[in-house]
Amino acid sequence: MKEYIDFGVGKSPPQIEAQEKVCGSAQYIADLYRPNMLFGAILQSPYAHARIIAYEVSKARAMTGVRAIVTGDDVQEHWRMGAFIKDEHAIAKGKVRYVGEPVAAVAADTESIARAAISAIEVTYEELPAALTPQEALASGAAIIHENSADFVKVFETGTAGNLCSRTSFQEGNIEQGWRDSDLIFEGSYQTQPQAHVSLEPCGALAEIDASGRITLWSANQSVFRVQANVCESLGLPMSRLRCLTPRIGAGFGNKMEAHIQPIAALLAAKSRKAVKLILSREQDFEMVRARHPFEIRFKTGVKRDGTLVAREVELLADGGAFADDSPGVLGYALLMSCGPYKIPHAYCHGRLAYTNKMRFGAFRGFGVPQVAFAGETQIDEIADALKLDPIDFRCKNIKKDGDHWLGGQLIDSNGLAECLQKVRLSSGWDNGRVSPRDGVKRRALGVACSAHISGLLATGAIVRLLEDGTVLLNTGSVDIGQGSNTVLSQICAEALKIPLERVSVASPDTDGSPYNWGTTASRVTYMTGTSVIRAAGEVERKIKEHAAEIFECGIEDLEIIPGGLVALKGVAQKNISFAAISGRAHWAVGGPIIGTHTWVFEQKTVDPKRAVVVGLPFPQIGGFVFNATIVDAEIDETTGKCRVERAWSACDVGRAINPTMVEGQIEGGFVQGLGYALFEEMVWNGAAIANPTLMDYKIPTFVEAPREMHSIIVETNDPRGPYGAKSVGEMGMNSVAAAITNAVNAALNARLRCLPLTSERVLLAMLESDRTPTTP
Amino acid sequence: MTVRTLTTLQINGVQTDARVALSDTLLTLVRDHCYLTGAKRGCNQGVCGACTVLTDGVPVRACITLALDCDDKQVSTIEGLGEEPTMQALQHAFINCGAFQCGFCTSGMLIAALALLRNNPRPSADDVRYALSGNLCRCTGYKKIVEAVLSASEAISDRNTP
Repeated sequence: MKEYIDFGVGKSPPQIEAQEKVCGSAQYIADLYRPNMLFGAILQSPYAHARIIAYEVSKARAMTGVRAIVTGDDVQEHWRMGAFIKDEHAIAKGKVRYVGEPVAAVAADTESIARAAISAIEVTYEELPAALTPQEALASGAAIIHENSADFVKVFETGTAGNLCSRTSFQEGNIEQGWRDSDLIFEGSYQTQPQAHVSLEPCGALAEIDASGRITLWSANQSVFRVQANVCESLGLPMSRLRCLTPRIGAGFGNKMEAHIQPIAALLAAKSRKAVKLILSREQDFEMVRARHPFEIRFKTGVKRDGTLVAREVELLADGGAFADDSPGVLGYALLMSCGPYKIPHAYCHGRLAYTNKMRFGAFRGFGVPQVAFAGETQIDEIADALKLDPIDFRCKNIKKDGDHWLGGQLIDSNGLAECLQKVRLSSGWDNGRVSPRDGVKRRALGVACSAHISGLLATGAIVRLLEDGTVLLNTGSVDIGQGSNTVLSQICAEALKIPLERVSVASPDTDGSPYNWGTTASRVTYMTGTSVIRAAGEVERKIKEHAAEIFECGIEDLEIIPGGLVALKGVAQKNISFAAISGRAHWAVGGPIIGTHTWVFEQKTVDPKRAVVVGLPFPQIGGFVFNATIVDAEIDETTGKCRVERAWSACDVGRAINPTMVEGQIEGGFVQGLGYALFEEMVWNGAAIANPTLMDYKIPTFVEAPREMHSIIVETNDPRGPYGAKSVGEMGMNSVAAAITNAVNAALNARLRCLPLTSERVLLAMLESDRTPTTP
Repeated sequence: MTVRTLTTLQINGVQTDARVALSDTLLTLVRDHCYLTGAKRGCNQGVCGACTVLTDGVPVRACITLALDCDDKQVSTIEGLGEEPTMQALQHAFINCGAFQCGFCTSGMLIAALALLRNNPRPSADDVRYALSGNLCRCTGYKKIVEAVLSASEAISDRNTP
């Protein structure tokens, strides 16, 4: 018999899609073609805020090859989508609310005809005053972006009023008492910038309609089920009338979680009665999908002279853009994480989210944590410096331990943060000196930061089918966006059934056939779906044993599955029968085909009302905490202010690494995305329009900017509830990066930078300012 | 109607006659006419490198190369390079090192790495970083790609050493 390589849990098999990805045959949305399909194009709004008075489409309609034109007139007023607040139409209706918003779309025989037709459409607008920042939007007398926001369906108590999209607050202890108990109080204001996801694959969709009018929709997505929900809500369709599928996904980072232009593609297909493919250009992807929220942040922290944290107030003001999208969730989650992994008895964390006349902001790796960790962790360093404490010692003194509670009241029972801090401390040589001696024009220092994230949220399922020949088909509905969840979930399934990895195949997510999965987001797939896979495989195991018990005339408890797809009498391995034989029996003679299923929803409460008072809580059940500590070695050129990260150490408590190579990949990729965020990435609005919606003008890190040395350190705490002890890793590697780099720069320059990104100009100015100022004793 | 011109070129060793518009790029030709979709349109501006192909052995950005400029040239896409031992070594190393996640940049990355190893079979880590710095990846953080190219280079030189 062939020897199988053991690729179970803890091993690092390559991605199961590896072969197709290195041969160029992996198919992403732009690579799909249907017979006689049409091509779509989108007309974008030139105004930040304007009433749509009229559409003139007759010239476009008369063009040869134009098959359908859609505008806001094709959707009804009450057809609105949105994860938290249903405020968004499939396409602008009545008003436009940001420059670049889709106003009309065409399906035509070729892309060039579609584009020509778009430019032949004339829209008459009545321009309205725009509110381009949260401050402008929330000022009295501001132009109202959604006049009927009171009527929108909302999934939690948002407090929406005028341009206030939502607001959230957490209170624990007594903040006034906290200030009284503090020996020293530190307060600072911080600003973070909008960041673009820049998945290498731009968004796109391909929709087709059958004779009965049922639509099939492929798209670049992070959840076929969120696509289904959004398209159906925005087109007034019953969910049973739309089937959503996924090709391979060219990464997401949050950009593809909620809808982009899938509703428009579906609308074009419905109107033309043909297949329509609509792929965004890079510019459109920048201008009409979503980005990371810019935050205005105020952090105030009280501390005892001995270094015990006592009180913290956090105030956030987030720019949500024109539609709520995931923003209320980002605000609430950022606040939940804003005390960091520290014991702070008195806390008041509150924030507001404003509608503005900009593209929507939404989910992006870290989901608000990189912003609050930047403020919180740089302030922690400031306090440590003031108290003349080592920044790591100060952190270790205050971090939550097992048995402590998170802000809101959840019990923490799996926390590897102390070990993460210890590991990066040792491996970076932190104790040999944080600030290096000046070397010519180079200043150099180490910086540290830590942060946390979650693993568990919302609903998921798995179906494990034992096929007739004893091989297994795993169907979870979770979209692999490139991070490798198909492989990891297969490893979990193979481990549970003790079969070789190659005997497990993964069904592509399909709303017709897959169990519900909220999405590949929130670092949740391994933890949530992995749990369902184990339970569903457990049901398959039980059914296999029921057959074997009948065949061997023994009790189920006398049987065990043994490696290689066999069930045997316990301790008598040679008395066995194969899964193939049992599945054949089930298919053709007794019992029926063997299928295991499991679904669940994460039910751990975010808030214990005995411990905290919370208003406007978007995620009432979220948890499964993971932790990270990051140290960077940053070098600043004092002639230019340019900062370069030479070396980095990132330790993540992931519970257990199901696939260590993929865990490292998440840590390394998250680090470099965080490095771009820290040092140079910024979407810039020039008035109402994005000034840099191209990769020529919006730079992401290349090979040259990535650190020469990157040390990914896996810390395993074996969470008792996680699948084989696993928690998560998808976002952890990014959360602390901007803070760690800023702390290194601050240490090297003896400065306090409070605004991202740390451009050369900002660093140089901070350095000059600091060099002029005598060091305070 | 758009003026179309007949162009004849070799794509992956196959003589291809195509009628292309003056403005059609090589990327449009290989993807939409030949259905060779391994080359990706990431930025359509020559920045991201996901569309990298070889013309007469030289890596070019197919998205900013006019199809008509390739008349009589030999174009190789990822689909046509799988028989080359250096490419096979790179593919093998990319798989084993975990040098891709979503895979969207991978075709271009492999072709840029192939061009490097053809010119410099034993590059240093810095050689790899600079040679591939025109190819963007948003998933991996680049470390495992550098490792993969170095590992492929080693495998090739081991093979070539008697």
